[in-house]
Amino acid sequence: MGIRERLSGNEASATAMKQINPDVVAAFPITPSTEIPQYFSTFVSNGQVDTEFVAVESEHSAMSACIGAEAAGARAMTATSANGLSLMWEMIYIASSLRLPIVMSLVNRAVSGPLNIHNDHSDAMGVRDSGWIQLFSENNQEAYDNLIMAHRIAEHKDVLLPLMVCQDGFITSHSIENIELIEDDKVKEFVGKYKPEHYLLDDKNPMAIGPLDLQSYLFEHKRQQAEAMKNAKKVILDVAKDFEKLTGRKYGFFEEYKLDDAEIAIVCMNSTAGTAKYTIDRLREKGIKAGLLKVRVFRPFPGEEIAEALKNVKAIAVLDKADSLNAAGGALYEDVVTGLYNKKLSIPTVNYIYGIGGRDTKSDDIEKVFNDLSKIVKDGKVDNHYRYLGVRGDK
Amino acid sequence: MDNLIEIRWHGRGGQGAKTASLLLADAAFNTGKYIQGFPEYGPERMGAPITAYNRISTEPITIHSNIYEPDYVVVVDDTLLESVDVTAGLKETGAIIINSTKDGNELKKLLKGYKGDIYKIDARKISMETLGKYFPNTPMLAAIVKVSKIMTDEEFLNDMKGSFKHKFAKKPEVIDGNMKALELALKQVEKI
Repeated sequence: MGIRERLSGNEASATAMKQINPDVVAAFPITPSTEIPQYFSTFVSNGQVDTEFVAVESEHSAMSACIGAEAAGARAMTATSANGLSLMWEMIYIASSLRLPIVMSLVNRAVSGPLNIHNDHSDAMGVRDSGWIQLFSENNQEAYDNLIMAHRIAEHKDVLLPLMVCQDGFITSHSIENIELIEDDKVKEFVGKYKPEHYLLDDKNPMAIGPLDLQSYLFEHKRQQAEAMKNAKKVILDVAKDFEKLTGRKYGFFEEYKLDDAEIAIVCMNSTAGTAKYTIDRLREKGIKAGLLKVRVFRPFPGEEIAEALKNVKAIAVLDKADSLNAAGGALYEDVVTGLYNKKLSIPTVNYIYGIGGRDTKSDDIEKVFNDLSKIVKDGKVDNHYRYLGVRGDK
Repeated sequence: MDNLIEIRWHGRGGQGAKTASLLLADAAFNTGKYIQGFPEYGPERMGAPITAYNRISTEPITIHSNIYEPDYVVVVDDTLLESVDVTAGLKETGAIIINSTKDGNELKKLLKGYKGDIYKIDARKISMETLGKYFPNTPMLAAIVKVSKIMTDEEFLNDMKGSFKHKFAKKPEVIDGNMKALELALKQVEKI
């Protein structure tokens, strides 16, 4: 039945890591994810886990230590945010290319500069093409649940890719909310033991990891990575099914909220989805058929499935919490539109860049987006596809 | 969702407004509620104005934004009344609770015609009497429970006793003083 608790998103993530009890955690503190390694190092000191905690001198070293540990045959985890992830950049690609199923808790924050410690998704979007699986979490519960499912997905032999669980910095990482935890023994059984097929400390089967890979091979290796990302889709759903049996909580590629009969829909990720649900409930009371599609799995991107779920709506707004600064549109928007186009759906779809640098996204902001969508349905035309929400000096 | 209660805390860095909001969330959680407790982080430094929030409901809470139309506002430091618009968005069916020794008319003047209920409490006096130090957040926590009726006095005191035992496991000598501060605050918060 689970354990009724109240935890912040960071506490929930650290608790998941405690229950997973990985072999190695290597991390360097950075706001707003600092509390995760802080709490975890307490668990290490108290003997509540038998993890080797490596207090490195930088995030580049944190990821390097995770790569070394994972390549040796150990289960490794880390946590970071924003500029910490930026400093890992080189090793992020190496982790995925070496097919090392490291799991990271990424507490989303704006990448500098100018310096900002608050939430947006520019850190996650910066590594969206790096070959990491990316799961997004609306609240502390989902941050916790996604971490519990993470190793089963990443370590699956058809996948072998690193995975990051994202949640919104401060908004969920520092907010105390109700949560249902799973008992320790059940988590242990669900996650299972890590049994890598190939690893450096296997003295019967000596191997090299990460040697020179030039014109004759790198392309094939990248092709295999791409295939692994496709395979991850099935594994993510299979693991979610087992998770539902354990907890009753259902997860897919995305969550549909009142989308069945919706005429207008918002697509977004993380905590804003909760505010959208709150707003949709109020709009429904007024007879406005608003709905939500909350993306949980951003990499691999379920473009076809998203298009199928949106096929009956009359107008769509995709909300990006990171600006691609490309004079074209945000990353989530472009991916959603590609999915719609491939399904030959020409539904008017607009993009809003919002919440940059922690700008608060209110229920009124969400309502404004739905009002804009109603107008698009009524007028049958879109003036501008690439818009901003909640920024000063803009119409 | 009429059962949703939204509270905004105004304090200065170091006065414990954030801690008070988390303790209130805890207490409400322990009486079976759905809760949110979160601070608004700015440039943090001792003495700077800070804001913290609570949502308390009998239903799951999905909204994740700051609170703009609170049912209650708690002002932990009355010097904020001159620089912060503490009644911004505050519902007139709600109330504001201020830690102050100022008289009623003076407070009313500072609140720019707020029409809802105004409560005051001398948290400094209570804190000095019971703890010998100035920790205004403990009396203010009791005051908001009393005014908002989120739970009964008994439920609240029983729960806080448990929390203090856990929180002050290493200095149990301060538990009685803190409990006394809560009890006095429940009695002394007054409507003006």
